[in-house]
This record gives sequence, C-alpha cells and structure tokens, in this order.
Amino acid sequence: MPDWLIIRTFWDLTVTGLALGSIYALVALGYTLVYGVLRLINFAHSEIFMVGTFGSLLASSQFLNIPLLEDGNYPYRTGMTLVFFLVVILVIAMLFSGISAVLLERVAYRPLRGNGDSIGAVALAFLTALVVSLIFIDDTKMNIIVSLVFTAPIAYSYLRIFRRGRQAPRLAFLISAIGASTAIAEAVGVWSTNKRDQYQTARILEKKTLFNLFGTDVRIDYVIVIVGALLMMTALTLFVNKTRLGRGVRAVAQDPETSRILGVNVDMIIIVTFALGGVMAGGAAMLFTLVYDQTRFNIGFILGVKSFTAAVLGGIGNLKGALLGGLVLGLVENYGSAIFGGQWKDVIAFTVLLVVLMFRPTGLLGESLGKARV
Amino acid sequence: MNQVRSLLAALRNLGDTFGEAFDRMNKWQKYSFYGILVIALYLAPFWPDVPVLGQIVDTPGTQFSTVLNDQVIIFVLVALGLNVVVGLAGLLDLGYVGFYAVGAYVTASLTSEHANLPWLLSLPVAVVVSMLFGVILGAPTLRLRGDYLAIVTLGFGEIIRLTAKNMEWLGASRGISNIKKPPSVLGLKFGVIDPKPYYYLGLTLVLIVVFVLHRLEYSRVGRSWVAIREDEDAAELMGVDTFKFKLWAFTIGAAVGGLAGVHYAGKVGFINPDNFPLTLSILFLAAVVLGGSGNMYGAILGAVMVAYIPERLRNFADKRVFVFGVVLVLMMVFRPEGILPKRVGDEHKKRRNKTTNAEVAQ
Repeated sequence: MPDWLIIRTFWDLTVTGLALGSIYALVALGYTLVYGVLRLINFAHSEIFMVGTFGSLLASSQFLNIPLLEDGNYPYRTGMTLVFFLVVILVIAMLFSGISAVLLERVAYRPLRGNGDSIGAVALAFLTALVVSLIFIDDTKMNIIVSLVFTAPIAYSYLRIFRRGRQAPRLAFLISAIGASTAIAEAVGVWSTNKRDQYQTARILEKKTLFNLFGTDVRIDYVIVIVGALLMMTALTLFVNKTRLGRGVRAVAQDPETSRILGVNVDMIIIVTFALGGVMAGGAAMLFTLVYDQTRFNIGFILGVKSFTAAVLGGIGNLKGALLGGLVLGLVENYGSAIFGGQWKDVIAFTVLLVVLMFRPTGLLGESLGKARV
Repeated sequence: MNQVRSLLAALRNLGDTFGEAFDRMNKWQKYSFYGILVIALYLAPFWPDVPVLGQIVDTPGTQFSTVLNDQVIIFVLVALGLNVVVGLAGLLDLGYVGFYAVGAYVTASLTSEHANLPWLLSLPVAVVVSMLFGVILGAPTLRLRGDYLAIVTLGFGEIIRLTAKNMEWLGASRGISNIKKPPSVLGLKFGVIDPKPYYYLGLTLVLIVVFVLHRLEYSRVGRSWVAIREDEDAAELMGVDTFKFKLWAFTIGAAVGGLAGVHYAGKVGFINPDNFPLTLSILFLAAVVLGGSGNMYGAILGAVMVAYIPERLRNFADKRVFVFGVVLVLMMVFRPEGILPKRVGDEHKKRRNKTTNAEVAQ
C-alpha cells in the first residue's frame, strides 16, 4: 500500500469532513427551505449565520459572563454546568439568527412581493434616514437620534408608495438579497466593538479525545457537531412532515396560488420558513464557534457560498438533499485537499459541483420540497 | 405628501419621459445630441475644473480622472458585456469576474510573463481566449436552468481566481508585474502618472462596444435573445435554436468582459489574483440590475453609479459599503426594474400605433 497522505489520514479526514459537512448541511437547509417556498436564492442567509455566531459570542461573554481565559487557562466547564451552558448558548444563537431571518424577510423581500407592511416600512425608513444622516453627521449617537426622529414621516410615506400587489422581477430579489447581505455584514464590521477584527469566543468545552476510530483519535467537539446537526435536522424534517405548519410549508412550496385559495396563510408560512432556516443557521453558528472558537464580520460569505453549493449539489429545495450535499461537500473538500493540497480545496468543491450538475442537472436527489413524501 | 408622491412618480417616469422626448427628435437633432454627448464625455477629465459642476462631481481623496478610468470605464465595459448575458438573454451569471480575469491574465502573460508581445497584439488574443472560456463554461452548463446556472458560474469565477493564485506559471499569489502599456498614438503617451490617455482609450473602447452591441441587439441575434429571456420554451417552439443563441450571448459577454480585463491590465501594469474577488462579480451584477437590466443605457448608468458613488462618498470612508448595501435594497424595493427599465415591446407598440393611425386615416 503506498504511503499517501490520504491513506494515512483517511479516517481523520473523514471525521473532520463530516463535522464541517454537518455545518454546511445545517446552513444549506436555510437556502433550500427558502428556495423551495419562494424560488429565491436567499443570498443574505450567510449573514444570518454570521449573526448567529455573534449571538453565541454575546451569550457566552455577556449573558453567561464567561471570560476568555481564567488564570491563564481556558475556562473549561464540566458535567451539567457544561450542558446547561451549551444549551443556553445554542438557544441564544438560534434566537439571534431566527429573529434576524424574519426581519430580513420583512425588510428586504416582502415589499418586493408587493406585500410590504408597517414593520418593513419602519425598518426601511430608519435605514434611509440613517444612510442620509451618515452623509452629513459623523457621530454614531447623533446619527441614530436624527434617524429615529425622521423615521416616522418617512415610514408613513413609504407605506403609501409601496407597490401593493406588484411582484418584482426575480433578479430584483437577488439584488435586494445581495444588498441586505452587504449591509448586515458591514453594519457588524463598522459598529461592533472590535470592528473588522477577529473575535475569540470562550472555549468552555475541553477538546479531548472521546474514542478511537481505526487508529484515529476522535475529538469530542466533532462528535457533538455531527450528532447535534443530525438531531436538529431530524427535528426539522419531523416538523415539516408531521405538523400543521409543516404541511403548510410543503403546500406553499408545491403551489403558492392554490394553497392561498385553499386557505393557507401564505405570508405566515413564508415567515415560518425564514424562521426555520434562521434557527438552523443559528444552530450551525453555535456548533461552528464550538469547533473554531472565533468569529468575524465577514465569516458568513465563504461559508454561505459553500453551503449554497451543498444545497445545489444535493438538489435545492430538497431537505434530504441538503444533508447529503453538505456531507458530500465536506468530505470531498477534505479528501481533495489531502490529495491535491489545501490551496485547491475550493476548486475541487466547485469542480465536483460542475461535474455532478452535468450528469444530474437538478442535483443528486432532485428538487422537491413540495413533492416531499412522509 | 402629495408633492412627494408626484416627485416620485416623475422620477419613476424619468426614463419614459426622456425616451419619448428623444423619439420626437428628428435625425439631425439626434446626431447633434450624440455629438455633444461624446464631446462632453471626452472632456470628462476636465469637469472638476468647471466652477459649479466641479464642486459636485469631484472625488475627494482620488484624482477624478483616475476614478473615471480605473473605476467607471472598467465597470461600464463590464456592465455592457454582462448586460448581454443577464439583461438580454436572461442568463444569471454570478462569475463574470472570471472572464475579466482571463482577459487581464492573457495580456499579462503575453506581454510580460511568457512572451514579449506589444499590448495591442495581446488585445485580440485576449478577447478570443475569453470567448473560448465562454464556450468552455457555456457548452456544458447552459442546459442548466436559472439558479443552477448562477451557482455554476459563481464556481467558475472562483475556479479561475484560485487557479491563477495556485499556479506558479501564472505568477501565483504574487501576480504578474511589468505588463506593457498601450502604444502611444496621436500624441497620447500612456505613462504611469497621467490617467487621461487611458480614459480616452477606454472611452473609445466603450463607444465601439456600445455601437456593436446596439447593432447586435436589433439584429436577428438580439431578437432571439429577448425571445429566450421572455419564454425559453416558446422561443424553442418558434424555431429559435435556444442553445446556440445562449452560447452566443455567453461568448459575446465573455469577449467584452475580457476586453475590460485587457484595458485594466494595460493601465495598472501589475495584476494579482486578489484583483478579481468574488465580490466583484456581485458588484458587476448589481450595476446591471440597478441601472435596469436589458437596457444598455440603463446598464451604463448603473455601472457609473456603482463605480462612482463609493468614490464620491469617500469622506465617510468605512461606512460607504454599508450605505451601498442599504441603497441596493431601497432601490429594489421602490424601483425593482432598475433606474432605466427596459422598454419591453417598444418596437411592437410603435408599429401597432402606426397601423392604427393608418386605419383611422382610411
């Protein structure tokens, strides 16, 4: 047997690939859900993930008051305390991501569907006032005060000029998504405490080896990531397939007009879809900080592109496809970089996507949120 | 509030009002309008010296003519090419920066790294190579629809950049330097300091491309593109060879993108993979859609805005990208078809009006 890197480290690569792949898969679920329901590439989903990592950062540093270092050591916790802390961080990250996903839908997508409401109008009005005030005033507090003063009248006029009932062309949604994505990332980069620098998150989990797999030590954080991601995905699949709201999601994915006629509250379902995608991204964000202990304002971009690739690879609009696509992408990237060198990682990922789409033009499992059977 | 609404309505109809006024002009008025416009554009580097205009247009921090060439001209060229792909043929391309990079890298390789050709000779080669890349990317992927195409093209853009970054043959991450300048003609010397000659060259390229694309748009090819954009299945049924024309759209778009790359490489004299990030593709697309995808003049306007506004707003330095993002969202909410929307069925409407008038006359 030749002494290739890939053979020596095969199981190691498999484990890390699966862990990374699970994170891709969780984020990919958000792309797939929104695409299935709205036929929209939610480009800003990557920033929802980024907001989630900041949610878990704030949860550990502000809410739970964990310092980065305790007497020069990592602030390790054990037993039930650890479990409790992890759950709290997870819940807060999910809240951050979920709420921002719902807000994003209100502000950047709903007015384009010809259905803008007062929340969207107020948010857009505040942003308008903020942008204008930024041109004239260079003081954050004054900016916010001035924008708040002008929000109400602008929101009033926005409500009146929202183009009710007029669906914007599909490209407009994409550009709006790109705009929102840029704005969210930049807002964090400009106004958070460390600005554009990296943030360290507290390492409360001691990353020791849990068990040995074919001569490879498997670290506990990888196991938590893989198991946690699988649990979350199972929960999501159950929700979509078994509950009343989930049935609504599938109905709208299949045919929005018919479901509206049959009494489905389509706007409600869209909010639920965004919330679900956001919560999954929040989970992914918490797991991401657990493994990598860091975050940054632009961390979402590349991960978002990869996750979207994963969603397409598996068949966009297909929940099982997102899981499969994520895991395959994670593994392929890892094996590929072992064979060709780490700098070719992304090239390999995209080439695999190209090849798969050439032979299966709708991804590995085909697209079918609407046609999903229990 | 009523004033606000009427103002907004007026803004919304700006394109139409302008277009109608333009339609009413006779041939000579149109020609003189074009003439004045072209002269004004060639004089653009001197705008900052005009009293009132100068105050408005001058960019703080960067020399105005540098902005004109390095940002505006490049963006306009790229937007013209991308408009063929996205606006006319309706193919979503998120990796357009790839062709731009190919153009730049071919020029760099031929004039500095691997050969010693003059810049002018590298131009046609680079354009042809970009077209080849258009075919290489298009042939296998154009059978994919809509959003699949988007992610595949995005991947293509990244593959090009990363390949350039990892291949020693293409200079790896240090890039390629000492790229040859365009030859001096008509007393214009293409040096390092003065960006004006580059601007004149770039503007000339833009005008040529505008002319060619304008002729193309109203030819059989252009009509096929629009038919594919509006309804691919219907176009196929009516006998349009959709695959062939989609591939043509890709190839011609790639050629213009490559041309922009050549111009860029000639100006800066040094390129590296970081000049061609993924975000640039997204900015290009934003330019086209913001201006009005499907309308060449809209795409030009969008490109000028996307390239120029961040430079104009340099005094609030690091917040300008945030502002740009918010402006994109606002524009799409209130004017989703872009600033100058395409005028669908214009020709058709005109012809119909003519026939009804003829019928009335009888």
